[in-house]
Amino acid sequence: MELKRPLPTPMTPEAKPYWDGLKEGKLMMPKCDDCGHVFFYPRIACPSCHSRSVGWMQASGKGKLFSFEIAHRSLNPAFKIEAPYILAMIELEEGPRMMSNLINIDPDPTVVKCDMPVEVVFEKQNDDVTIALFQPAG
Amino acid sequence: MKELSNSVCIVGVEESDEVGKLPGVSQLSLHLQACHNAVADAGLKMSEVDGIFTAGQHSPALLGEALGVNPRYVDGTSVGGCSFIIMVGHALLALHHGLCDVALISHGESGRSGTGVTRGRDTSLSGQFEMPYGFGGAPTYFGMITNRHMHEYGTTLEDWAKVAVSTRAWAGLNPKAMFRDPITVQDVLDSRPMFYPFNLLNICLVTDAGGAVVLTRADRAQDCAKKPVYVRGAGEGTDHVFVTEMEELPLSVATRNSGKKAFEMAGVSHGDFDHIMLYDAFSSGPPIMLESLGFCEPGEGCSFFDEGKSTPGGSLPINTNGGGLSYTHSGMYGIFPIIEAVRQQRGECGDRQVPGASLSLVNGMGGMLSAAGTIVLSNQK
Ligand SMILES: [Zn+2]
Repeated sequence: MELKRPLPTPMTPEAKPYWDGLKEGKLMMPKCDDCGHVFFYPRIACPSCHSRSVGWMQASGKGKLFSFEIAHRSLNPAFKIEAPYILAMIELEEGPRMMSNLINIDPDPTVVKCDMPVEVVFEKQNDDVTIALFQPAG
Repeated sequence: MKELSNSVCIVGVEESDEVGKLPGVSQLSLHLQACHNAVADAGLKMSEVDGIFTAGQHSPALLGEALGVNPRYVDGTSVGGCSFIIMVGHALLALHHGLCDVALISHGESGRSGTGVTRGRDTSLSGQFEMPYGFGGAPTYFGMITNRHMHEYGTTLEDWAKVAVSTRAWAGLNPKAMFRDPITVQDVLDSRPMFYPFNLLNICLVTDAGGAVVLTRADRAQDCAKKPVYVRGAGEGTDHVFVTEMEELPLSVATRNSGKKAFEMAGVSHGDFDHIMLYDAFSSGPPIMLESLGFCEPGEGCSFFDEGKSTPGGSLPINTNGGGLSYTHSGMYGIFPIIEAVRQQRGECGDRQVPGASLSLVNGMGGMLSAAGTIVLSNQK
């Protein structure tokens, strides 16, 4: 099957638990062992308290649509999802923000609203890669 | 830094021989043309240049080699398109301490034609966490900031469109501008949808262009070819790189910090300026910068772009060269607002001259309001 999206490249060692989690249907986020800060993207030290002791936690997959764009084209030839589609910045209820797409909703700015509740949807790309998309919650 | 206010001057500014669509000119040549033109504008000889500052694909060492200059001082700070504005402050320090005597800041980018350009930059984070969803290219990120601004403050598409309309009116007065025909708010709203909330006319041009700026200490500046323009204040700041990490989205912490430093050094406040240049990769950038710089409350920035305010003949002219939206935008635009502010302070701008301009603000961003550089320029000490 032809891939419609560029695969995450290059997968970095410090992000492996994130990608491994997605394959099992879990949204894993780095969490500081010392101050409890949950953050994204994965790093070897906490950006809040600068501790080097960082672990992982499973996020609920719930959050809100912090902001969005409706894309009428793609600037990357490797991204072949038919336009219009929704570029989404998600704020997870645990705190961190991440980029994704909002799916299962009409890509119309009178319908899609900032701060609307969303939930994760896992989409398998191939045997090695599953990605986290989001849809309106409930 | 306050004691260094007015200690150095901008004495030379110029673009490459042409700006626009230039498939026959390599990126390096855009640099070299701009450097030679700016040094000539200053009435100096290339052999007098001993400090080289540049950002982008070419190192200051390569520029020195290509120009036939062995610099005593180099700076390759690269934090996006405002790097050249930040370098004015860096050059000021180097000149003040005698690390160099003639500082040359250069930009050259074949952003449209890609002539003499090899691609290649680190995408290990965006490649994993953004590109699989269709991100890539500035419009896919800056719209996030813009749309959140609309959500928080009730800003409308018509508000952003006013910025493009005002800027185009100025471009009509600049013979070097790529697009010069007047547009209306309705034209902006009717232009091709790209990445909501942006239609085509909310987004900057993509051109090939170079630009360069020459600085020297104030005593020596009096002997240069043109009237010196004093650097009264300079500031810089960085916040995030990834928009998801932007601390106070939709406002820019980097811009706030940079502006504060520059204003304090210059001993000026918001109401003192009679001319403003703001980096406009998108129509929403300038209003958000005005808000972040403290010119107004968050959400009120677009009111500066009403007819009779930012527009030709208006009370506070903004982006008088026609901006990245209508004049030129090669990619790292930050050198061009400096060039325009210097020309305004010299009184060289012809039809678009702001009468009696005596204090210009130049504020630029790197990335998605990620980094910022601010300078205050004046034809008087
Ligand atoms: Zn911590």
